[in-house]
Amino acid sequence: MKNANSSKQDGRTAAGIILKKSFLTQGLKTEKRETVDRRDAKLAMAHIYVAMTALLLGGLAGLVQVMVRSGQFQLPFGIGYYQVLTVHGILLGLILTTFFIFGFQISAVSRTAGTLSDKQRFWGWTGFSVMTAGTIMAAVMVLLNEASVLYTFYAPLMAHWIFYLGLAFVVVGSWIGAFAQIARYAQWKRENGKQPGPLLSFMVVVNNLMWVICSIGVAVAVLFQFLPWSLGLVERIDVLMSRTLFWYFGHPLVYFWLLPAYMVWYTIIPKIIGGKIFSDSLARLSFLLFLLFSIPVGFHHQLTEPGIDAFWKFLQVVLTFMVVIPSLMTAFAMFATFESVGRAKGATGLFSFFKKLPWDDVRFVVPFIGMVAFIPAGAGGIINASHQMNQVIHNTIWVTGHFHLTVATTVVLTFFGAMYWLIPHLTGRKLTPKLNRLGIIQGIVWTVGMSIMSGAMHIVGLMGAPRRSNFSTYGGSEQAAEWVPYQLAQAVGGTILFIGIVLIIYIFLQLAFFAPKGVQEYPVAEVSEGAQQTPMFLENWKMWITICVALILLAYTIPFIDMMQNGPPGSVGYKLW
Amino acid sequence: MHIHKYEKWWLTFGITCLVVFLSIVGFSAFHAGAHPPSAQVYINQEHVDEIAPFDNPGVRKVEGEEWDYEVVVVAAAFMYTPNEFEVPLGSKVKFIATTKDVVHGFQIAGTNINMMLEPGYVSEFVTTVDKPGEFLILCNEYCGVGHTAMSAKLKVVDPDEKREQQ
Ligand code: HEM
Ligand SMILES: [Cu+2]
Ligand SMILES: [Cu+2]
Repeated sequence: MKNANSSKQDGRTAAGIILKKSFLTQGLKTEKRETVDRRDAKLAMAHIYVAMTALLLGGLAGLVQVMVRSGQFQLPFGIGYYQVLTVHGILLGLILTTFFIFGFQISAVSRTAGTLSDKQRFWGWTGFSVMTAGTIMAAVMVLLNEASVLYTFYAPLMAHWIFYLGLAFVVVGSWIGAFAQIARYAQWKRENGKQPGPLLSFMVVVNNLMWVICSIGVAVAVLFQFLPWSLGLVERIDVLMSRTLFWYFGHPLVYFWLLPAYMVWYTIIPKIIGGKIFSDSLARLSFLLFLLFSIPVGFHHQLTEPGIDAFWKFLQVVLTFMVVIPSLMTAFAMFATFESVGRAKGATGLFSFFKKLPWDDVRFVVPFIGMVAFIPAGAGGIINASHQMNQVIHNTIWVTGHFHLTVATTVVLTFFGAMYWLIPHLTGRKLTPKLNRLGIIQGIVWTVGMSIMSGAMHIVGLMGAPRRSNFSTYGGSEQAAEWVPYQLAQAVGGTILFIGIVLIIYIFLQLAFFAPKGVQEYPVAEVSEGAQQTPMFLENWKMWITICVALILLAYTIPFIDMMQNGPPGSVGYKLW
Repeated sequence: MHIHKYEKWWLTFGITCLVVFLSIVGFSAFHAGAHPPSAQVYINQEHVDEIAPFDNPGVRKVEGEEWDYEVVVVAAAFMYTPNEFEVPLGSKVKFIATTKDVVHGFQIAGTNINMMLEPGYVSEFVTTVDKPGEFLILCNEYCGVGHTAMSAKLKVVDPDEKREQQ
């Protein structure tokens, strides 16, 4: 009660103060909506604090893993390798990503659709609290060594039921938070009648829709399979069904990480480099295509599994490859933006426009490295998803090398690059030239470390070295001996990466608590003048959701019925760690 | 909706490549039969040792099949039975494996023989072994503390060379 009152009283928000200040200093008219309301900023920052804590602890686990895998180091105090790996996967794959994304998305909605209502903000905080409580429950179980099942928690390895309950909290909390963001967009639509909503908010809505639709899969698995089973209410679990539900969620999960990076590329980078959004409608269309083709594709993670007919695997492989189309659209939009900016600044040669880009601005350079990393990452992804080639790399450390390029470079570097304006904007501070320089150094450190680590993982993975594996000589196998130099290289690269993590944490603390007070712009680009009106069918949610569900039913119905009718009776639980 | 001329070219080029690529993948899958291991054979994982062919794991020569040899393997935390086998170079081999407990992997390092073993299911893959040498078989799906202790050995021997040595 007291809280609600006081926040109402200082309804004269940071935005109001900024308005006056910029009016005085620059004599410019600043629209009120260009800043994130201070109360929304707090909610966004709460998410980002959790994300940064996860980054530091998860990064430490990563360092331990490369050390152990080099064969030169053993874990003290009876800590298990797989316990550490569970921490790494959960903190970085699930917690860092989800919390950072929600922090960013809340700020993006508040910035472009308008300040959240008190009720929306209340649900935002509720979602945050439920997710955080779930994280703590799961973390405690992992630390007690009751849940060394890795972040995929494949049955029939059975963790403590509190671990699964914690995961359920994280998912349900994320739904609450997602609905709060969607509600703000719906409010904008109500207030503004028949016109397309703000692009950045639209993208947030698409990402949240995808998230909710896909996480229903993992929620069903946790609530109806893992919880009753780990509580002892039922004896057996259907292993293949649980894995299928997991990967129904697991692939869109990676697009849930990637789309916020695309939001930054499409709507924010153009502003930073002094350009405009290339095409509003094509940006929306590409996001909708991601929504359609990210979900009915989970079998590409199960290509080598028994019990699923090869025809259905192939169908999902074809659907997987459809994301090539929006990816090509995104690449085109990026190049078009870069070129038109360069040309406007006087570049003439075929590629000389690249020279005109702001190579000294961390807000551009670091996400740009992320974009470049997506070229080899995407090529690797094509191999992974190919029906037959998958057998060469499945569950080898090639796969680990692959997603350290996609999520741990492309996505993470875009997030880091966004932090240089996002954090000071939310905390009422300013990015300094010194932090700008340090940020570029951080990006280079990450690039060097990752090239070494991920490169070594790719090569040795092709030689057959498995992922998710402690150091082993495999009984003196000659093949395993050939892997050791690459594992040493991974340790070198991983150590450099860890320095990158220490640097970014230092920069984050500076931006959040010590940088000089001031106003940092929250850059959002406008659509270029020549662009045409955005057609309204892009906002026909009923239609898009119907197509999305139809594709899911097409891809999954028959294999699912097959599993239910023909599958074995199920498995009892094992605790083998 | 307006699409820039160059973007149309770019997308046409990209989608053409995609169609060609998927056709090749589809052709080799459905025409040449190069599917990933997708057997739909079921077994009671708690009685694997009593059910053929797993009651007698190992290598056996077969007649009247499309393949020459069958390699039958039982996986359990944290070992394979048997843990060493030998097949002649150039022969067509069917690998048949299953697990008695949790999910395990069955990967022959440096080859494309790679399949998941899941309780209640039999995994199968037929291939021609055309590289001589000693290969490491390992578990590539996390199965517990002993995960990396789980390995076996496949020897692919040239029948001619073997005769000479004897
Ligand atoms: C200091 C930086 C990092 C190092 C040294 C590192 C190292 C590693 C290594 C060696 C593995 C494989 C271990 C194994 O399979 O046995 C791994 C797995 C993984 N890493 Fe990282 N990593 C780092 C940063 C990140 C970041 C930033 C992310 C995500 C944004 C990430 C996400 C993951 C995930 C999801 C796995 C899979 C875990 C599993 O297979 O269960 N890592 N990491
Ligand atoms: Cu995937
Ligand atoms: Cu294993």
